[in-house]
Amino acid sequence: MAQKARRKNKELFALGNEAVVEGALLAGCTFFAGYPITPSSEIMEGMAQRLPCSEDGVFIQMEDEIASLGAVIGASLAGRKAMTATSGPGFSLMQEHVGYACMAEAPCVIVNVMRGGPSTGLPTSPAQGDVQMARWGTHGDHPIIVLSASTVQECLEMTIVAFNFSEKYRVPVILLIDEVTAHTREKITIPSEREYEIFSRVLPSMPPEWFKPFEETTRGVPPMAPIGSGYRIHVTGLTHDPMGYPTQRPDEVEEFTHRLFRKIDQHFPDIVITEEHNTKDAEVAVVAYGSVARSARLAVDQAREQGIKAGLLHLKTLFPFPRAAVEKLTRRGAAILVPEMNMGQMSREVKRVNSGRVRVRTINRVDGLIITPSQILKNIAQM
Amino acid sequence: MSQVTQLIHQYLRHNKRFPHVFCPGCGHGIVLGSLVRSVHNADLSKDEVCLVAGIGCSGRMAVYVDFNTVHTTHGRALTFATGIKMANPELTVICVMGDGDALSIGGNHLIHAARRNVGITALILNNNIYGMTGGQCSSTTPMGARSMTTPHGQLENTFDIAELAKVAGANYVARSTAFHAKMMDAQITAALTRPGFSLVEAFSPCHTQYGRKNKFRTVVDMYQDLKTRSMPMDKWNETDPAKRGDKFPVGVFVERDEPGLEERYAAMSAGLRAKEASA
Repeated sequence: MAQKARRKNKELFALGNEAVVEGALLAGCTFFAGYPITPSSEIMEGMAQRLPCSEDGVFIQMEDEIASLGAVIGASLAGRKAMTATSGPGFSLMQEHVGYACMAEAPCVIVNVMRGGPSTGLPTSPAQGDVQMARWGTHGDHPIIVLSASTVQECLEMTIVAFNFSEKYRVPVILLIDEVTAHTREKITIPSEREYEIFSRVLPSMPPEWFKPFEETTRGVPPMAPIGSGYRIHVTGLTHDPMGYPTQRPDEVEEFTHRLFRKIDQHFPDIVITEEHNTKDAEVAVVAYGSVARSARLAVDQAREQGIKAGLLHLKTLFPFPRAAVEKLTRRGAAILVPEMNMGQMSREVKRVNSGRVRVRTINRVDGLIITPSQILKNIAQM
Repeated sequence: MSQVTQLIHQYLRHNKRFPHVFCPGCGHGIVLGSLVRSVHNADLSKDEVCLVAGIGCSGRMAVYVDFNTVHTTHGRALTFATGIKMANPELTVICVMGDGDALSIGGNHLIHAARRNVGITALILNNNIYGMTGGQCSSTTPMGARSMTTPHGQLENTFDIAELAKVAGANYVARSTAFHAKMMDAQITAALTRPGFSLVEAFSPCHTQYGRKNKFRTVVDMYQDLKTRSMPMDKWNETDPAKRGDKFPVGVFVERDEPGLEERYAAMSAGLRAKEASA
């Protein structure tokens, strides 16, 4: 089990969804609440199998997705590392509670295995249509962290990263996976305990009567006391003062909202994860994420073989948007190609950062099929 | 009286939280007093109690009392409470909701929390109206009654909260009114000390939004109505249904001692671990 110290690497032939389960358990997740939905169900099923076998693992199947994220936030407030997994329509239902988690600064991880949409859409076909919903799905101004994974191994690694970020910054972290990655089975290596770092939320060290649960700190992230630990706190979805009580005083409201943004802004370099492949001398740079990044990598290698100077910027963090990495490409004058399985949700961000400096071309596929290396290669050759 | 006041003061957050939002004549203060006395009677420390509340007038209780408190989203208080209880079964979790909160937007969560028999005490303050949003009808607004959204009279059937919780599988279901504070104390205390899902429905008059639109001239008329229309459970059971008229029963509807979900889960988990250790 995950709780036993593992000194050696272990290899596994797993689905992307199963790798998420492994990653969550390694990260210290002890609470899962969810509602079944294709193509994410294997995550929930894996948790149902594993969590009750461990000392303090709790699994519960809720009546819908709204309830699932509600229970996850409740568990998080009670001190657990908690997660839920869903797909497009379920993620739509969760949005109000995503906002609550931002407001209450309750760490939690939401895995969204994307399928075609809108509405019930294409239940088992790949798509990347939830990128902007992950960023802007709930109402109001708030920052959020959105990550993605492109291989089964990355599903495991990015799940650990998702838990770490959510605990470090007290934000809900959304992990977007597309159906191709979730349902690909390949060999992965489960790292030994020494190979990855695990973060847990900072607990208060002062006596309860001195504790201000939502006070500004140098990191912007206040320490968090679990319910029942003797720090009697008030948690609310209303805008609150440093004590956690509702406030409408303009100075307190502004200060609070700014802190929510600052705690993420301040840690950009830590949060923004990208991977570059042959971009140094690239004349054509492909910007991709998820399973498409994998196709793009092969296409870039094939283009190099044909003598085209192509490179790949692989985005693992989608939000906060890795603008510095994209800016670097545009300053070098590389033409940019953004392939994605939607009508242009990420190319919009790329174009915004580019501000018209270089040529940006897109490949948008919304027919429920994957973007192949040859399709990307053809487009690279045309640029 | 001063003793009662002193007791309640021990459990309130005095710093910046008052005056409260409840209107003159509102029954919510009486229910809040009863809740505080029940926690005291059940011999629970403030640290052991987690009060989860929904949105609306009743939801504001979470700010006033000095427990661990969570003010959640509209209709979803029970989902948060379920997560908290399952994450830390040691806590006494109380979930305070209004009728709109628990039965209209959150109806699904209520029947499932009762079905799961998860160890939460649900306290539903039923005033037959959406008070804080300005007096719109809820799923307990009586047929024919007027509200901002039923200006010509309510046409739909209503939910009977206690009966609904009973058939959904709750361990303990009781009903009292703001006129029956002593009865309410006993019911909430019983609910807090029992395993599994407990529900106490408390009729709490809202004169500002409901009473004045429905021919109750004064607040006193509303309390008088609760007094004359309520019927103790044993008398209700003896009365011929044809002769019950517009009366309603108060008292205990269900009393069972089935283990709560968290208890059954812990047993399953322990069993699995023992099996693994011996393998």
